[in-house]
Amino acid sequence: MPSPRYWREIPQRYRLEASKCKGCGKVFFPPRLVCSSCKSREFEMVKLEREGKLITYTIIRVPPSQFTDQSPYAMGVVELNGGVKILSQIADCNLDKLEIGQKLRIEFRKIYNEGEAGIICYGYKCVPA
Amino acid sequence: MVGIIGYGAYIPRNRIKVEEIAKVWGTDANSYRKGLFVEEKSVPSPDQDTITMSVEATHYALKRSGIDPQKIGAVYVGSESHPYAVKPSGTVLAEAIGATPEIHCADYEFACKAGSEAMFVCLELVRSGSMEYALAVGADTSQGAPGDALEYTAAAGAASFIMGKDNLLAEAVETYSFMTDTPDFWRREYQYYPRHASRFTGEPAYFKHIIGAAKGILKKVKLEPKDFKYAVFHQPNGKFPLKVGKLLGFKREQLDTGLLCPWMGNTYSGSSPMGLTAILDEAKPDDLILMVSYGSGAGSDAFVWKVTSRITEVQDKAPKTKEILNNNKNYIEYGTYAKYRGKIRKAE
Repeated sequence: MPSPRYWREIPQRYRLEASKCKGCGKVFFPPRLVCSSCKSREFEMVKLEREGKLITYTIIRVPPSQFTDQSPYAMGVVELNGGVKILSQIADCNLDKLEIGQKLRIEFRKIYNEGEAGIICYGYKCVPA
Repeated sequence: MVGIIGYGAYIPRNRIKVEEIAKVWGTDANSYRKGLFVEEKSVPSPDQDTITMSVEATHYALKRSGIDPQKIGAVYVGSESHPYAVKPSGTVLAEAIGATPEIHCADYEFACKAGSEAMFVCLELVRSGSMEYALAVGADTSQGAPGDALEYTAAAGAASFIMGKDNLLAEAVETYSFMTDTPDFWRREYQYYPRHASRFTGEPAYFKHIIGAAKGILKKVKLEPKDFKYAVFHQPNGKFPLKVGKLLGFKREQLDTGLLCPWMGNTYSGSSPMGLTAILDEAKPDDLILMVSYGSGAGSDAFVWKVTSRITEVQDKAPKTKEILNNNKNYIEYGTYAKYRGKIRKAE
């Protein structure tokens, strides 16, 4: 990920900042400029909850090149308390014991390094609660 | 009055036992278990570093403090394993907790004393009135060369403290520091692993500075070891803090609560600060705590803390240090440990 793009996404990747539509109350993560529900362009910033449950998951065994050291690893759809669903890596878990409905919580982790000399990209991952 | 208004600790889930390391290097595990009093140590996952652990410990500190992160005036991270050689850890932490942009950030380094350095400076900044709150973190993913004695203890963890003037949970009654130029442990630039002077790290280094700092602060506050409910010293292994405590006149029951190294390892800059978090988890109002850090090179920072009545309101607001240490452990083999710690040379 180029540094400028990583930098632009810091509010959502570091602090789980989402946008809540002032028109209809729908919450978007990552934030959007136009509400897909009521077409409003006015939003307020809200922070997502840091706990949730696993909705579904898959095991990645043939990952993109920058994630090869981490394979196999789990990617899941996680419903955070409050109802927003996010896509996240499930870290520090036993892949054979993951269960739908399992309680998870957000932790701040390295997502990947841009090689040995590039920037370190941080963000959220989910871990078993 | 200045002191701690929020604290938190973080320990990765992975553990490796001393036996597992000894098996690979053909050494006698029992000599390390008994000689160093260490059973196992924490190991960071490949996606964890000083910054990620600092963020998690600080989330817990914020929960206990109940303050708005925007009111924090300084973020200081003490570590000897900052992920970047040039780029601060503090700015990532400040951004992650929502404390930017009106903030002063700095990374501290002083071998294993960097965390208590940050605590010392934060207390003084708040005392001076320069800022309402200041955040100090001691964290490390400690390095130990494969096969070296350090490998049996070099561990990972973080402790975070928010200093303030109001709503204290522990007042900083006094501070005192004791430093000399002592080359007992070092890492030169571009070197991957630190070097140490073996037994020279004991008497003229660890013991001299901790005893000097402890005696200095006790004289300053006119207190004796028996006046304290708890004492915590830097924990390069399980044996040294118990020995230095005994030499100073402390009893085992004063030392046990903050002693984490036998089951966590040496978290370097996080060591005595994490011991303090374990004590705060169990402390009661009016308890007195003596904390003395040690950083090679060499020096010690000493603190006398007096616990306030607010402690009981905040202890359960975030996970306690020994709960984190004892729950959800994941034991790994040496091969996995070597992979996680980047000890395996791969093709370019």
